[in-house]
Amino acid sequence: MRIVVVGGGTGGTIVANNLSRRLVGEIRARKVRLTLLSASDKHMYQPGLLYVAFGQMSPDQLYREQASLLESNIDFHVDPVVEFKLDENRVRTQSGKVHEYDVLVIATGSRIVPELVPGMREGAETFYSEAGAVKMFKRLREFEGGNVAVVVGVPHKCPIAPVEVIFSLHDYFKARGIRDKVHIKYHYPIGRIHTIENVAKWAKPEFDRMGIEYETLFNVKEIDPVNRVVRSEEDTETHYDLLIAIPPHRGMEVVEKNGLGEGGWIPTDRYKLTMNGHDNVYVLGDTTNLPVSKTGSAAHFEAEVVAENIASIVKIGAPVRDYDGKVYCFIEAGHDRATYAMFNYQIPPDLKPASKPMHWFKMAYNQMYWTSVRGLL
Amino acid sequence: MNDCKIVDARNTFCPGPLMELITYMKQASVGDTLELLSTDDGSGADVPEWVNKAGHELVSKERVEGVWHIRIRKAK
Ligand SMILES: Cc1cc2nc3c(=O)[nH]c(=O)nc-3n(C[C@H](O)[C@H](O)[C@H](O)COP(=O)(O)OP(=O)(O)OC[C@H]3O[C@@H](n4cnc5c(N)ncnc54)[C@H](O)[C@@H]3O)c2cc1C
Repeated sequence: MRIVVVGGGTGGTIVANNLSRRLVGEIRARKVRLTLLSASDKHMYQPGLLYVAFGQMSPDQLYREQASLLESNIDFHVDPVVEFKLDENRVRTQSGKVHEYDVLVIATGSRIVPELVPGMREGAETFYSEAGAVKMFKRLREFEGGNVAVVVGVPHKCPIAPVEVIFSLHDYFKARGIRDKVHIKYHYPIGRIHTIENVAKWAKPEFDRMGIEYETLFNVKEIDPVNRVVRSEEDTETHYDLLIAIPPHRGMEVVEKNGLGEGGWIPTDRYKLTMNGHDNVYVLGDTTNLPVSKTGSAAHFEAEVVAENIASIVKIGAPVRDYDGKVYCFIEAGHDRATYAMFNYQIPPDLKPASKPMHWFKMAYNQMYWTSVRGLL
Repeated sequence: MNDCKIVDARNTFCPGPLMELITYMKQASVGDTLELLSTDDGSGADVPEWVNKAGHELVSKERVEGVWHIRIRKAK
């Protein structure tokens, strides 16, 4: 059996390593061939970008060599897929090579598209890329006071990031002794300050305590960088001195171009994690169209299900379990406290008060991530 | 072409039904109708509130066996 995994980020790396261990005998006996195709020889720990934006991590700390994270029986190539021929069970890569498969796994992630909002590229800072996070830190460092506005594009990965950046801004300016000179205003697309009701309930008193102003039902429509105004689809506007944006996202262009899914989001069965209409194609992580948060955590839990099911198809001819929608997200509540949200399709998260030990656990996880993508945690 | 796209946001806490709807509304063309399916009690109130504020059109809203079926036409 030929298994091809496309995408070497959080989801693809965990699937590949997990499969390589479950199928070690079959791979050795050449009954199974496991190939991973990715677009980069580096693997970025994306949650670290938030720390880079506040000067708490340097960009080089975010990366490991992708090959160093993989089991040796994985046939790994830095050669991105440019064409998916799902009806012929083959993909073609940038180098022109054709890979035929019996089972395909797509985990190509998502990308930021600030260009969809007029003025966002020029007018807003963002921590959703390495260059953006470094630039945002430099802007924060030179900021001496005024109005800071945070706006949120839809859809976006890491749904906790909008509230986390508010806590971090508050602590950052407090540490610099200029919090009283900075007015922070938060804008959110729906009618409460976070999409998860219990996160909104937990964050509201915290925002009130920190003196954060908020406007809900604010979907960013355009930014006027010259006059420093951000306007919403709902016909309101905010003046700012420093604007921080969580940009809107899309799936990868190759997914859209090959007609796999509108917006780059691939129609996926929410329990089986197979692509609708293609039982031998599995999809996980940000690129699914599932109503599941686009997080490394979701990608991780999905990857475990996908790997176990593919391995059991090899061994017994049938998958063994469904994905239950599980997500576990840390929530950094500033620079020294954190909490977490754990939920699935059926059970909402129950938030505990933020604590220092939870923050230390998150700091430890920032290192443990590398063990986790190796499939050891 | 069938221009009523179903947005199935049943049993989701994150990103949640309204956030899902906004995602698909952004992808839709003016004049398209979307039908949101939601098991969240709050959708009956918070979806019309947003639709109204954002200037779209609420076509219909009903709850069948615990599932909200809310049809919205993209107006701008
Ligand atoms: C600022 C920030 C903070 C975050 N914080 C958190 C957090 O606290 N907790 C959390 O759980 N998540 C967090 N996330 C989200 C998390 O990083 C992503 O959701 C996760 O990485 C998604 O995994 P993935 O495997 O779907 O995609 P990715 O990890 O993005 O990987 C996609 C892979 O596909 C490859 N690829 C792309 N195109 C092709 C192609 N054509 N052919 C082959 N390969 C291709 C890429 O090179 C990459 O290796 C955060 C993200 C950001 C940006």
